[in-house]
Amino acid sequence: MKLRIKRRRFGQLMIASTLVTAIANFPQRTFAQKKLLSPTPPSSMEASSVPVKLRVNGAEHALEIDPRVTLLDALRERIGLTGTKKGCDHGQCGACTVLVDGRRINSCLTLAVMQEGAAITTIEGLAQGDKLHPMQAAFIKHDGFQCGYCTPGQICSAVGLLNEGHAKTDDEVRELMSGNICRCGAYPNIVNAIQEARSQQT
Amino acid sequence: MKLFAYTRATEQDVAVNTVSRNQSAKFIGGGTNLLDLMKENVEQPNQLIDINSLPLSKIEVTRNGVRIGAMARNSDVAYNAIIQERYPLLSQALLAGASPQLRNMATVGGNLMQRTRCYYFYDTAMPCNKREPGSGCAAIEGFNRIHAIFGASDQCIATHPSDMCVALAALDAVVQVQGPKGDRQIPITDFHRLPGDTPQIDTVLQHGELITAVDLPNLPFAKRSHYLKVRDRASYAFALVSVATALDIENGIIRAARVAMGGVAHKPWRAVAAEEILVGAKVNQETFRAAAEATVKEAKPQKHNKFKVEMAKRAIMRSLTEVGEMA
Repeated sequence: MKLRIKRRRFGQLMIASTLVTAIANFPQRTFAQKKLLSPTPPSSMEASSVPVKLRVNGAEHALEIDPRVTLLDALRERIGLTGTKKGCDHGQCGACTVLVDGRRINSCLTLAVMQEGAAITTIEGLAQGDKLHPMQAAFIKHDGFQCGYCTPGQICSAVGLLNEGHAKTDDEVRELMSGNICRCGAYPNIVNAIQEARSQQT
Repeated sequence: MKLFAYTRATEQDVAVNTVSRNQSAKFIGGGTNLLDLMKENVEQPNQLIDINSLPLSKIEVTRNGVRIGAMARNSDVAYNAIIQERYPLLSQALLAGASPQLRNMATVGGNLMQRTRCYYFYDTAMPCNKREPGSGCAAIEGFNRIHAIFGASDQCIATHPSDMCVALAALDAVVQVQGPKGDRQIPITDFHRLPGDTPQIDTVLQHGELITAVDLPNLPFAKRSHYLKVRDRASYAFALVSVATALDIENGIIRAARVAMGGVAHKPWRAVAAEEILVGAKVNQETFRAAAEATVKEAKPQKHNKFKVEMAKRAIMRSLTEVGEMA
């Protein structure tokens, strides 16, 4: 096994050195040929941890995590912010929606390590102390949920929608909330809640 | 998910060299497709090079048109004022795809590299020549309602899922690529492949090559364009059939035409036969019908997707009618 890898590496080196000669008239590229990114690929399936700093709702969290951990799992399982929900885990339901630098994304389809340096806002970070975010208040007022499982994602998505500023009519709100599925079918009330929060915004 | 080494790249050359040295390495941008496939063990890279920090997200006017950086997010391209004004077709196509959350993540380069949404490709319990060459195609004998009607092979009948690429095909976009051997340009219609005997290869991109930008050539009549997407629900679903059309009309005569289709083939399907009929013809329903019929003449539907032939025909006619009626 070891020998095979070595042989392949040797072959790659040979190819690389041919390349270097071939493009010797491009000095900046020749230099870059030698530079490679580390760490090198894992040789075993032994889990390895990497240090990651995540800024969530204004607080810094220093974690040691497997690079495979999604942002969603890091939020829920490592940081303990379980407001963000796991639905499909494949970007199809929107339950895991959070805001990254003010933009809504599916936290299940990004790795925690990819979000170092970003400002992450979850449902727990929307209220100011005991004062609810206007979107949260509007969802309660309009009964924009039944079981509540999709609600944190719906609310974070709706806050992102307002930040984007592309929805005015009910139809536009529906289209631009299509990434959030509600199995209870609270859609009419969700649209009403978003429209009220939107009208208060301006 | 298989274990991998992760690194954030800050230099383009280094990123390209690192991936090109390791056959199992991959670039990761938005991650919306790659991570999904990694969760299913369909993709199993042992090294991920994160290219989100590379300065490749600009959208700028060039001498010959507009250059879109490969890392520009789908939503940023869709709502960009220059794109909306000059290439409304591209904006419409992007907004017809995925959800707002996914569009905020997904990049232009990643959209080009999207893999098929054939359910047998995703299901590792089923044979799939694209996922595991030589294992067979479960779709050919299986439920193939969403599959190709053009250009399929006896190895694979999958379709390319992108909306953006259909618009790019109509707009004659050019993909800018940086590889270990230097830079090259690939016309969009040559970028994706038909399945043939090697359905595991989606594009002509070589391992290690990085998409850096997509160029849109100047095309004044691109303002007169339309993207029509037909799908199983009103929003947030892949196309059963989609059509991108653009017409250059003068005095009721079509001077130039672009027709491309999505959801019907292994690649964005440029309907050349339709364009040949449209050019020089009068703007009327007979012309549009002839163009639509010429397109579907070469269709070879599967057991469960015969409806796509009629749907493609009507979609072409409707989209051309919309464009024909534009001022």
